[in-house]
Amino acid sequence: MPTKNEKDALSGVYTTGHEWDGISELNNPLPRWWLYVFYACIAWAVVYLVLYPGVPLGKTYWHGLLGWSMRAESARDLEAASQQQAGLRTQLVAASYDQIKASPDLLNFALAGGKIAFAQNCAACHGAGGQGARGFPNLTDDKWIFGGKYEDILNTVTHGAHNSDPDGHSLFMPAWIEDSAPTKLTMAQVGDVAEYVLSINKRSTDAAAATRGQQIFADNCVACHGSNAEGNQDMGAPALNDNNWLYGGDKATLVTTISRGRGGVMPNWGARLDAATIKSVALYVHELGGGK
Amino acid sequence: MTIATLHGSAVGGQRTTGEAVKYNEAVLRLFAAAAMIWGIVGMLVGVVIALQLAFPQLNFGIEYIQFGRLRPVHTSAVIFAFGGNVLMASSLYCVQRTSRVALFGGDALAKFIFYGYQLFIVVAALGYVLGITQGKEYAEPEWYADYLLTVVWVAYAVAFIGTVAIRKEPHIYVANWFFMAFIVTIAMLHIVNNLDVPVSFFGTKSYPVFPGVQGAMVQWWYGHNAVGFFLTAGFLGIMYYFVPKQAQRPIYSYRLSIVHFWALIFLYIWAGPHHLHYTALPDWAQTLGMTFSVMLWMPSWGGMINGIMTLSGAWDKLRTDPVLRFLVSSIAFYGMSTFEGPMMSIKPVNALSHYTDWTIGHVHSGALGWVAEVSFGALYFLVPKLWNRNRLYSIRLVSYHFWIATLGIVLYITSMWVSGIMQGLMWRAYDNLGFLQYSFVETVVAMHPFYVIRALGGALFLVGALVMGYNLYRTARGDLREEQPYTLGGSAQAAR
Repeated sequence: MPTKNEKDALSGVYTTGHEWDGISELNNPLPRWWLYVFYACIAWAVVYLVLYPGVPLGKTYWHGLLGWSMRAESARDLEAASQQQAGLRTQLVAASYDQIKASPDLLNFALAGGKIAFAQNCAACHGAGGQGARGFPNLTDDKWIFGGKYEDILNTVTHGAHNSDPDGHSLFMPAWIEDSAPTKLTMAQVGDVAEYVLSINKRSTDAAAATRGQQIFADNCVACHGSNAEGNQDMGAPALNDNNWLYGGDKATLVTTISRGRGGVMPNWGARLDAATIKSVALYVHELGGGK
Repeated sequence: MTIATLHGSAVGGQRTTGEAVKYNEAVLRLFAAAAMIWGIVGMLVGVVIALQLAFPQLNFGIEYIQFGRLRPVHTSAVIFAFGGNVLMASSLYCVQRTSRVALFGGDALAKFIFYGYQLFIVVAALGYVLGITQGKEYAEPEWYADYLLTVVWVAYAVAFIGTVAIRKEPHIYVANWFFMAFIVTIAMLHIVNNLDVPVSFFGTKSYPVFPGVQGAMVQWWYGHNAVGFFLTAGFLGIMYYFVPKQAQRPIYSYRLSIVHFWALIFLYIWAGPHHLHYTALPDWAQTLGMTFSVMLWMPSWGGMINGIMTLSGAWDKLRTDPVLRFLVSSIAFYGMSTFEGPMMSIKPVNALSHYTDWTIGHVHSGALGWVAEVSFGALYFLVPKLWNRNRLYSIRLVSYHFWIATLGIVLYITSMWVSGIMQGLMWRAYDNLGFLQYSFVETVVAMHPFYVIRALGGALFLVGALVMGYNLYRTARGDLREEQPYTLGGSAQAAR
């Protein structure tokens, strides 16, 4: 083990005299630029910690000479953003449907805001274009469960359905084989009703069952779905005579729907979005193509 | 690596050197072989989850292979199984050679560490696919696996520090400072971050001692220092031994190694809060973490300077030695990601980068470029030594591996930079009416092509590792490939 400092032939620098497994070390100084940048970083950090909060002091902390805080900055940003839209937002909240439609600026603002609010909040269930999915209504056709007028849509978006909002749509399709049903049906009766619903849509394959089901339908279903199965938007009861299905129109699905019931949840967005955004979304949905 | 190859040659395990020290090196073959196998497994799972992100159908609706369950399998397999076994193989090799004594505790303790550690890996990975997790990134294993790792890690610390303690050299070599810092700090981080109360003796669930934001702070104190001490200090230990050995040059500056070592380990431990910018963590903790991250830049680069400058006077070796090329390239990636890290810790930059793919790109420029490439270099050095072979089966295959892997890295990190910065900009884009320009799902659609490129980059990296596995297997068997050697006469002659 060499203990004396030797000169490295290639670099002309002396070693430290240590050697491990054939590895020695040169005695080069710290690179100047490295040291100065290191000092500069430390100096920057010290200055930063004087200007900004960064030092704990027992139960409190040094707030920094600039008095900066993340929450205050965030609040300022939000305030600035809402200031930018303040005029149009206030007008939008105050305006009626006709006034919005009459003002190109206001309509443009509402549709632009409604588009992004729909994409961020509604598209997950109703699809990016509002085309819907199984259990989630299509918003682009002219079939409406709770009504397709602007005011209806505004109401549904604000209060939703089958949630905790007392003003939301609360009537639901009972599970007709349960004790909780208005009239408890047997599975055979449920099958007959399903066959009758198929016959309304000219798809029945068992005329006898459909005939039996017609009576059961008349006794139990017409109160909501109407005597001609045309539906009732006040009840949130879909039409059953147009071959347009939320959960599926095959017999097995109809039997499931009748026996187990339905009560799809729409959140009450009024608890989450502000009035201008709600209005924008309702207007945007109304203009998607199916608005009445 | 067949069992026969492992055990057949293990008979003459303890090798002698000029000074007749019987090193415990045959047992280290186990760690080297495990590192290579786990590395391939971990990278394969990485390619799978990259493809799942690009094509979600590949989740196949099977719960055990969902992205959410395979992701910790990937991270743990490459960091702890591949990286951990490389660290154990190289540190236990280095500490004996640079202390001129056999391993403290001998083969028995080393075998206990080996089998205990592999058991931990398997137990942890089984938990992930079965849905058992603490939900802490890089600390997913539940309490029973944590206890097992604690016992194994203490055994590792005893073997390593014990060997340093009985050394025959007057001084402790710099690589061993880094290895010791890594072993001691990981023990502390692992124990504190996993202080929790099991719900029942036979159940897998436990609850952490630290609640809410304190728990988040402890988790990222752990998480960032897993990067700092496992993936940085530990692998700097590898760099400090294998670069001068392979280049056959002295370390550039002893003074730099002292200053950057102490600066690095003092500053790193404070930087964790930069993972929690703009969260419920108090302002002062966030800014403190940020300032320490910026001060960490030069101490990190000290290792890069010492590694790269060790080659001064020997740059020509890069042309003929692809193993050295891996080592030097890894140092370059190390320098790049240790600049990027402090930059991303600065709050306004973090406001753009956080929660985006930029972070994934940053992690992989460190993980693929630095950690994996320096590991490849160390394994290419170690395997011929551990199996008593004169040289690798093929030097040309090492060169092919280098180019395939480096191309893979470039595809990976550039696609994630573009994807991440695009994602961050799309999130914050407003139209002239003051509304968000893009919805979240539009950003996902925009990232798709980059996810495909990323998967391609990862697949190339995996192919490189397979080439390496084949090369090391043939090396262990004692085969030599007939090939044109690389000569200093220039690449034109070599190619002919």
